[in-house]
Amino acid sequence: MAHNRKNKLLIGLCTAAFILLAKLFSIQILDDRYKLASENNSLVYNTVYPTRGIIHDRNGKILVGNKVAYDLMVTPREVGEFDTLAFCKALDVSPEFVRAKMKEYRMFRSRIGWRTVVMIKQLPQETYMRFAEVAYKFPGFRGQARSIRDYPYNAGGNLLGYVSEVDADYIKRHEGEYQAGDYAGKTGIEAARESLLKGEKGYNIMLRDSRNKIMSEFMGGDMDKEAVPGKDITTTIDAQLQHYGQMLMENKVGSIVAIEPSTGEILAMVSSPGIDVEMLADIGKHYGEISSNPYKPMFNRTVQSPYPPGSVFKLVNGLIGLQEGVITPDSRYPCKMGYHFGKNRLGCHSHKSPVDLEESIMMSCNAYYCYVFRDLIESGKMGNIPQSMDKWSEYVKSFGFGMKLGSDFPSELGGFVPDTKYYDRVYGKGRWKATTVISLSIGQGELGCTPLHIANLCATIANRGWYYTPHIIKDSEHVRIDDRFRKKNYTKVDTTHFHKVVGGMYRAVNSGFGSGGTASIAAVEGLEICGKTGTAQNPHGDDHSVFMCFAPKDNPKIAVAVYVENGGFGATWAAPIASLMTEKYLTGEIGSSRKALEQRVLDGNLLNKVKTK
Amino acid sequence: MRSAGGFRNRGLAKTLDWWLIGCWALLVCIGLTNIYASIHSTEPEHIFAWSCRSGKQAVWILTSIGIAGLILFVIPPRAYEGLSLPIYIGVGLLLISVIFLGIEVKGSRSWFAFGPIRFQPAEISKISTSLLLATVMSQLGYKIRRWKDFILTALIILIPMAIIVLQSETGSALVYVGFIFMLYREGLSGWLIFLVGMAVLLFILTLTVSPYVAVLTLAGVASLCICLYSRRLKWWLIICVPLIVLFCFVPRIFGAVDALSGINPLWVLLGCIFLALPFVAFQAFRERNTFTHLGILSFIAGVVLVFSADFIFNDVLQDHQRKRIEVLLGMKEDPSGVGYNVNQSKIAIGSGGFFGKGYLNGTQTTYGFVPEQSTDFIFCTIGEEWGFFGCSLVILLYVFLIWRLIYDAERSREAFTRIYGYCTACCIFMHLFINIGMTIGLMPVIGIPLPFVSYGGSSMWGFTAMLFIFIALNRNERKYF
Repeated sequence: MAHNRKNKLLIGLCTAAFILLAKLFSIQILDDRYKLASENNSLVYNTVYPTRGIIHDRNGKILVGNKVAYDLMVTPREVGEFDTLAFCKALDVSPEFVRAKMKEYRMFRSRIGWRTVVMIKQLPQETYMRFAEVAYKFPGFRGQARSIRDYPYNAGGNLLGYVSEVDADYIKRHEGEYQAGDYAGKTGIEAARESLLKGEKGYNIMLRDSRNKIMSEFMGGDMDKEAVPGKDITTTIDAQLQHYGQMLMENKVGSIVAIEPSTGEILAMVSSPGIDVEMLADIGKHYGEISSNPYKPMFNRTVQSPYPPGSVFKLVNGLIGLQEGVITPDSRYPCKMGYHFGKNRLGCHSHKSPVDLEESIMMSCNAYYCYVFRDLIESGKMGNIPQSMDKWSEYVKSFGFGMKLGSDFPSELGGFVPDTKYYDRVYGKGRWKATTVISLSIGQGELGCTPLHIANLCATIANRGWYYTPHIIKDSEHVRIDDRFRKKNYTKVDTTHFHKVVGGMYRAVNSGFGSGGTASIAAVEGLEICGKTGTAQNPHGDDHSVFMCFAPKDNPKIAVAVYVENGGFGATWAAPIASLMTEKYLTGEIGSSRKALEQRVLDGNLLNKVKTK
Repeated sequence: MRSAGGFRNRGLAKTLDWWLIGCWALLVCIGLTNIYASIHSTEPEHIFAWSCRSGKQAVWILTSIGIAGLILFVIPPRAYEGLSLPIYIGVGLLLISVIFLGIEVKGSRSWFAFGPIRFQPAEISKISTSLLLATVMSQLGYKIRRWKDFILTALIILIPMAIIVLQSETGSALVYVGFIFMLYREGLSGWLIFLVGMAVLLFILTLTVSPYVAVLTLAGVASLCICLYSRRLKWWLIICVPLIVLFCFVPRIFGAVDALSGINPLWVLLGCIFLALPFVAFQAFRERNTFTHLGILSFIAGVVLVFSADFIFNDVLQDHQRKRIEVLLGMKEDPSGVGYNVNQSKIAIGSGGFFGKGYLNGTQTTYGFVPEQSTDFIFCTIGEEWGFFGCSLVILLYVFLIWRLIYDAERSREAFTRIYGYCTACCIFMHLFINIGMTIGLMPVIGIPLPFVSYGGSSMWGFTAMLFIFIALNRNERKYF
């Protein structure tokens, strides 16, 4: 029996060996799949990166181009003994850096193998040229050309945005589009038009042997794919105006937005302080410095900062009043240093009394708009108080407030317009009336909007009742803009009412000093600037200086909104800046009579007034 | 020659089994050259350079030769029988202490570290277990069919197995299952192997396919056994086979017909079977057929196993434990982890073709596509560079080694030597089948080395000592008989 069992076990052994051999036979000889897969393993795909698309301004000037920089590559296996000091001198690096790097390569030598790795990123051209002359002394090191961003104009880092290497999170969010090592636009225009600018990667296929050394091109390069360069795009920005705006806003915190009213094209978009374009090309190196700056240069105030609109909002209330018939252009209201209700008073500055609609705009009378707003809410013309409040809210929203305007600029903020539901929650149902929320009449209270909203309001009034959604990419042959930028948006106020407030804005600027007009400082001979000042109350410090204007009065070419944080009255800083922008854009230069004003603005420094936390 | 050599103290050359030593030497050389092939691209040093793995392996080989010499010339072969219990206990203590004192390598605590040298006691516990088994089972009056003796034998095997499972080295513990072949040789009922095999098959079927298929398979096998034993094969072919074929299609029919889709086909199958069971049992009772009763009991135990496996797997186990089993059984693709290894390993071996790419010319194994390429996946290098031809030679070499072990064991007059020889053969066989099976996707990924070939000091010393103890025992007999 034992003998029998021994034989059975031997048969089992042979069966097991046969099973192994049969499976080996099937995968080594019968099945071709594994041979193909192994071929794939031994091919190396060298990525060829495309050049990114160029960004032009509206006049064809290059805002963002490309230039060549060099990465210093090293194949540690091929590096022998070399003169460290000469190496450091040629490359402008410290011997410690080189030693640390070489030590690192030795530590990871088995992981690196015969591969080539990046040692120094983005060497400037001059440095690389100096190295190239002596490169023969340093086998194993070589430069690899790479295209990086170049900025001929200082058009503002926040507007253009930066390009940086994609991280794991970004790759995950854009499934299948990016791989580690790719670059992508992260903010501003670079991010908004990433899909056009990035182009398509290509590759060269190389064969390698079992020592991981590159042997030759695979099939003579026939299977290679060429990189497709990114598409060039034209923006609506005026490079010169943008640059001028940056200069005016130096040492001040705030923003400028300029729009061409007839098209909705954004001419300039300045957020101050901003990221210097010098830092943009190599944002990684400066990231710490930028993000620790107390004035938050990364924060794009033009679309992300919620401010109360201030007195410029009186125009909206006036227009709603005209539409609902609670006032006519000739309605007059008294102002006794403010508006009195019960024991309370909403103050005003001293000016003549009573005033009509145009004068109320010209002198920025607070009391006038308290009367208008109270009538709107409580006169019953729009129903009871809650109904009136909601209807008022609808009117305001039709000007683009309280929502994202839908521009093509990324990370736009929506802002806020209160309504009945909101106040019912805050005060309780039926426990509030017009005087409770009277600050809405002069653009204070819960209202929140961005400088882009104000610029859009200005463009709407300049157009006498409609606006195109503001946008930053210009329509061109090969880059068509979205249809939503070709559609006129009308407000709920009839277009016939607008000329009445335009008259007030014209008089606010052009009545001359001593007339009571709040913005005489913004007047420019022959330009017919129409403007409205604002002083946005700020519980954290000095008031924000606000001004919006458009010019010329008929067929306006430009609408500008300026916010200067902690700048005081609208006429102090915002009005001069806006008028200088207008003048620069329309005439191309600043008249000699206004040189002194320009100098005052350029020299102005408000940074110490800004509270930073 | 034997007669001319005289009765006593025949010369070394004539008493040693040179076939076994030759196999050992060949395998060790194959291992060394292939370890160099698997690392030569990342560490392009000389094959004997101390800093790289092939150089270290050369050192392990030299020290193993020393160990072999010690076993052949210094230790008296008679000592093993007396020392087997102390050795077994000592190694057992080492195995336990490594759980607390050892260092953690890839999630398991099975290595002692003395400075740069690492040592895995599990490798010598195979020897100590084999020695104690041989001692106990060669006692006068030992009968494996007696319960007391069987339980003692089982304990000797299960104790080190359990400790090694506690070290999270489940793969190494699996090798001990191989001792069942030795027990079979020593008279263990073949039915036990059959039952263990069926239990494993049912467990895997339940988890990878479905409990329905597992129960159906069980019913088919059980009915076949019962019918065969009572010589009713014709009945089985006429009644059972059509029923089984019918039930193969039941789930699909139930899925297609709306009215039946709410019914679980498993309950229908079980209902039918348990309706039929009383008749079979009654028939067996009339014929005084104990085998049929045992068959029915085994069938019920099998059904319980299927259900408990299903229940434990889906309701008791935690997610991460479930995932490990799923990956182990290949139920889930795991391209970045275990599944990746197997796929790359198959690509490497498959790309070898018939004659391979030639020594040092493999591309897959040298780029590091295959992980653990000098230890557990060393067979990939052989497969890629030497092709089907080289693989067959290596496997045949192992088969010859195992055959020679069994041949010598059968020829020996002492039960101790025979049992120890079978133990050695079983261990080498299990390592061979699991390791190569893993690299070509026949077995789940279980990290155990290929004897004499894989890189590593512990396994080299362990297997060499195990083999040479047998050679010494064998020589001792040849010397005096």
